[in-house]
Amino acid sequence: MSARLRGYALFAGVAALALVVAPLVLPAFRLDELAKYLCFAIAALGIGLAWGQGGMLTLGQGVFFGLGGYAMAMYLKLHDADGDLPDFMVWSGVEKLPALWKPFESPVVAVVAVVAVPVAVATLLGVLVFRQRVRGAYFAILTQALAAAFGILIVGQQALTGGTNGLTNFYDFFGQDPEADSTQRTMYYVTAVVLGVLYLAARQLVKSRFGRLLVAVRDGEDRVRFLGYNPATVKTVTFAVSAGMAGIAGALFVPVVGIISPSLLDVVPSLELVVAVAVGGRYTLAGAILGAVAMNYAKTSFSEQWAGGWLYLEGALFIVVMTLAPKGAIGLYEQARDALARRRAPAAPAVPVGKEAAA
Amino acid sequence: MRKPFLRPLAAALLVPVAMLSGCGGDSDGTGSGGSGGGGGDTIKVGVLHSLSGTMSISEVTVKNSELMAIDEINAKGGVLGKKIQPVVEDGASDWPTFAQKAQKLIKKDKVATVFGGWTSASRKAMLPVFERNKALLWYPVQYEGLESSPYIFYTGATTNQQIVPALDYLKEKGRKKLYLVGSDYVFPRTANKIIKAYAKANGMQIVGEEYTPLGHTEYSTLVNKIGEAKPDAVFNTLNGDSNVAFFKQFRSAGYDAAKLPVMSVSIAEEEVKGIGVDNVKGQLVAWNYYETTPGATNEAFVKAFQSKYKGAVTSDPMEAGYNAVHLWAAAVEKAGTTDVAAVKKAAAGISLDTPEGKVTIDGENQHVYKTARIGVVQPDGLIKEVWSSGKPIKPDPYLKTYPWATGLS
Repeated sequence: MSARLRGYALFAGVAALALVVAPLVLPAFRLDELAKYLCFAIAALGIGLAWGQGGMLTLGQGVFFGLGGYAMAMYLKLHDADGDLPDFMVWSGVEKLPALWKPFESPVVAVVAVVAVPVAVATLLGVLVFRQRVRGAYFAILTQALAAAFGILIVGQQALTGGTNGLTNFYDFFGQDPEADSTQRTMYYVTAVVLGVLYLAARQLVKSRFGRLLVAVRDGEDRVRFLGYNPATVKTVTFAVSAGMAGIAGALFVPVVGIISPSLLDVVPSLELVVAVAVGGRYTLAGAILGAVAMNYAKTSFSEQWAGGWLYLEGALFIVVMTLAPKGAIGLYEQARDALARRRAPAAPAVPVGKEAAA
Repeated sequence: MRKPFLRPLAAALLVPVAMLSGCGGDSDGTGSGGSGGGGGDTIKVGVLHSLSGTMSISEVTVKNSELMAIDEINAKGGVLGKKIQPVVEDGASDWPTFAQKAQKLIKKDKVATVFGGWTSASRKAMLPVFERNKALLWYPVQYEGLESSPYIFYTGATTNQQIVPALDYLKEKGRKKLYLVGSDYVFPRTANKIIKAYAKANGMQIVGEEYTPLGHTEYSTLVNKIGEAKPDAVFNTLNGDSNVAFFKQFRSAGYDAAKLPVMSVSIAEEEVKGIGVDNVKGQLVAWNYYETTPGATNEAFVKAFQSKYKGAVTSDPMEAGYNAVHLWAAAVEKAGTTDVAAVKKAAAGISLDTPEGKVTIDGENQHVYKTARIGVVQPDGLIKEVWSSGKPIKPDPYLKTYPWATGLS
């Protein structure tokens, strides 16, 4: 069996595990939690693309997650209100539906906006900053500031956004009660399939000519420019794709968890996503997914055992990974595998880990 | 040569699924005791407060008083002859986490009821979870009213048991020009909406209304604005740390309680310590309970709490949380089961002698009758009652019985 075939067999195996075994063995409540982790994994996949492959350390991915989530939640709120004002607007003393909300009465507009708004914002930002050759720490700080500002904006505009409460209490998700077990099960399948499809698409992108160019931009932006390519375009497109993924993740999160609020999109959750990607292994897309699922699982189970201790552990884990295993869990796995291969066949030439990691 | 690129992904998904299915196994083990948390010889109840994050300073004390109430009931033999077993979860000051943990308590731990929440945001996030699962939440903090979920019991004050009496008091004292200061979220905004309607009907004047973000600490501009507007009193709905900065800067601008009284609705004994007694002494607060509230029940409560937690003070939300546990236990005893529908039915009209005095559950809106009390912060950090409604006030979350409030909800 060729290596490629083996790869596909494995993917099929994982897909079967996620789509058949997990729903059978997990109680409904744990399956819903797994769906939540998969939402974060979708956003992490985008970070894996932008940061791992493209070298753009984006600390503001929560903004795009939030834009997608709010787009979906605004539609659900209006749909539930059925012509009236959403409940929180009544409490805030709003008398007429704000113009910003009007388009979201249509489910089509909302679903399109879930991807289109984050992509548009990221494209605009990308065009502005990458052309000016803003990169490295400056880009990271800029995205983080964006996340902070967005959080403050959402909290401050309570009449428009629901403020710190966020948007919650949805009754009808495309004809289903979002809190019903059957809907949650369906949402799990949808999320898992979306993640699988996006993973394959991102994989294809990385393997394409564009992907090679992207890695080249990461490793030597000036050289790429001398060769006649425009790194700004490559980076902007990648950043927009990663923003679109975060938007989709946010939109799926709303029916899965039943709430979107500013605490999901400002600085801390954005950082947590990046930490998860680093822990999983940022140079592979699978590492990003692994990191997001494992870290969020750890967060849930750890906080059930030792309330309040999770943040310390997460911080410590990040420091340990950054100093001892900068390629994350996947990097460790590859190192171990290569060491094993070398021992088995001492004559074979060793493959440098770095080269493989990008594949 | 091509690499088997999907292998890492396989690992990525295998690990957590394996871990999760492990959990699934043990939940089946513990959950098999029966529905409603009533299996075996214990009854499980959830305690869901922020034990980490910005709200933990307030919520940990509520959790402590709820656990103390559970211990008290267990020491007397429990309910229905079974011990109450608390399952404590951390809401982490994060509203989506509250929703998820509530779901976990209901579905995995199969608790009979949950005691929890502090901020309105956390309650709003948990509300759909409880309504859809037909489970019970006991919410122990004063709030902005305009809500009456059939699956929530509200043991803190609604607006007509706190804000309206506070306004009555200010009116009685001839304070006619009010300046409204609040944190920017749903409680202050709704409270101020009510205050404005009250003022309009009672010939009072609102000379300013300002909101600052939660956690805001720069108040010198605001204090200047207050000075220019020349109000008779300030109505303060700031929450958390902001009070520290506000009262410090208010005092350094030369104001004190005699010159310009501030009526606060979110400052209890706990917060007085944090703000610094010097900054806030002599100022007015509105609650339903103080550590100094007279009565044997309160003396016993304060003594029990302080022997358990050295140097601690008792405050209104803690007391409301403590009451919630006892009210639930009484309802379960009356119903003879922990079944939610039966408990809801039995709870109507239940009356208990609590530290704040007699409280009675209103079966219609699932709030409780509470006595309103206006207090003044003393130099020792405790709060002395200067006015009380004399008897428990019937809860009216939608202010239906107040003609000036029509159109608010």
